[in-house]
Amino acid sequence: MSVVSVTPAAAELIRSLRGRHGPLMFHQSGGCCDGSAPMCYPAGEFRTGSSDVLLASLAVDGVPEPVEFWMSAAQWKLWKHTRLTVDVVPGRGSGFSLEAPDGVRFLIRSRLAA
Amino acid sequence: MTRYDAPTHWQSRYDHFIGGEYVKPHGGAYFENPTPVTGQTFTEVARGTAADVERALDAAHGAADAWGRTSVAERALILNRIADRMQENLESLAIAETWENGKPIRETLAADIPLAIDHFRYFAGAIRAQEGSLGELDDDTVAYHFHEPLGVVGQIIPWNFPILMATWKLAPALAAGNAVVLKPAEQTPASIHYWLSLVADLLPPGVLNIVNGFGVEAGKPLASSARVAKVAFTGETTTGRLIMQYASENIKPVTLELGGKSPNLFFDDVSASRDDFFDKALEGFAMFALNQGEVCTCPSRALIQQGHYSDFLAAAVSRTEQIVQGHPLDTDTMIGAQASNDQLEKILSYLDIGRQEGAKVLTGGSRADLGGELSGGYYVQPTIFEGDNSMRVFQEEIFGPVVSVTSFADLDDAVKTANDTLYGLGAGVWTRDMNTAYRAGRAIQAGRVWTNCYHAYPAHAAFGGYKQSGIGRENHKMMLEHYQQTKNLLVSYSTQKLGFF
Repeated sequence: MSVVSVTPAAAELIRSLRGRHGPLMFHQSGGCCDGSAPMCYPAGEFRTGSSDVLLASLAVDGVPEPVEFWMSAAQWKLWKHTRLTVDVVPGRGSGFSLEAPDGVRFLIRSRLAA
Repeated sequence: MTRYDAPTHWQSRYDHFIGGEYVKPHGGAYFENPTPVTGQTFTEVARGTAADVERALDAAHGAADAWGRTSVAERALILNRIADRMQENLESLAIAETWENGKPIRETLAADIPLAIDHFRYFAGAIRAQEGSLGELDDDTVAYHFHEPLGVVGQIIPWNFPILMATWKLAPALAAGNAVVLKPAEQTPASIHYWLSLVADLLPPGVLNIVNGFGVEAGKPLASSARVAKVAFTGETTTGRLIMQYASENIKPVTLELGGKSPNLFFDDVSASRDDFFDKALEGFAMFALNQGEVCTCPSRALIQQGHYSDFLAAAVSRTEQIVQGHPLDTDTMIGAQASNDQLEKILSYLDIGRQEGAKVLTGGSRADLGGELSGGYYVQPTIFEGDNSMRVFQEEIFGPVVSVTSFADLDDAVKTANDTLYGLGAGVWTRDMNTAYRAGRAIQAGRVWTNCYHAYPAHAAFGGYKQSGIGRENHKMMLEHYQQTKNLLVSYSTQKLGFF
């Protein structure tokens, strides 16, 4: 079972954003305000480094390349007993995440690892 | 009780404020701004893009030099006049912020707006009292140190205290002589414009420019611009890192406030007597519900010593259940609406994972439907989880009215659990023993340790994070130096050559 999966609604939004912005990536945020939420950027916009882990390369129907999902290693250490699902809800704010102007927001739903 | 009417002082539309006047967005687009009280849209706001940011930067650069040379007495006078206007309009400012953010009017009337007013007054005083220095290196040589403004700075404001958080950044930046391009949060862009309608005539054109919009469309061009001398941001870790990455491209400084998972420690001796102090400590526990938990320093982990654990926790649950949830414009209401639908959904997702991880719900635990027009609003019951510090509800900032409770054996155990977090912004220590208070306070790795109090935000106490909670401080006169450069004039008063050449 993949560490990160995507709901059909989130997949539809990823396809739409891919069409407008090119290849995409996610980095899971922590901290206040819009934290604890996944941020979606054009691939390469956010520079990952040795403090990050690549949790998944998401295969989304209609998106030609995998969409990488990253998290800081320190945060993943605290999350690693859970499995994540990228969903989407109506919303407003999201740091510099690409979907906010559409009036929607990516959201992580979690469940315990089997 | 008083129940205020929904505000009617909004314009139907807000443009960008650039160069002392309102200008339409370059792209011509606007976005809707709903109130979380009912979920209904009450105004629309210009959707800024890079072209609008450039225009604002032009205006700021046009104004920065003259503003930086304006005497500190004059700048201080203007800040004091801003404070006076806010004082005269305290009630309408409080209503505006409550309507836009969802927080209870008792908080905006008694905390947010009075604190913002005092903040302008504090920095009006601080800039006049600030002096440079001189060092007499020898009989003929003097090193002078001057404080100079940075020039034009970019500020990105969060949505949890729309006016107060803008003030925390604006007051020191303006006092220090900088021109500002400010982007309010896309969730709460309107109340800062209502504030501006009260004070805009006091500031020279171009000194303060406000560009509305989304982070990706307006925040990014501001944060990545080579034309800002500094970027100040309050938000979360991924965007904080991204802003640092942009700043590194331009070799510009940043200050970041990125939140926390603040522990609130209750030692056994708190329960030594059922007196006023015990009552105050219970209020300190319930502070997790202040501003619906949408505070970077929300005391979202309560650590209770084993000796009084059961009794204190029972009293704390009882106090939490007395929190009055209702219409945010009702002065009896203690907890209002979460600021946005996505915030509501995120909190609910944590209530879900907390239960899955085995945390026990002692009270609350779900969305609240307050009925009538409030059914469309975003309300969550104050919630207490009991569990273990390794659980995700103990480690992540939920930014909702949710506290996770666990126990500790002694001081060392308390400090160990308190510090077992990625963050270090705030903490609370409650004890009747001054030695325990001092040792715990010094050992907890957080920028502020409230000791026998919580959620006080006076202008002259430094606020900022250890660890992943950020870089730099806000509040306190030291904040002026976050918006200043040091100019050293190294002067020789000797007429004699050195003799090297």
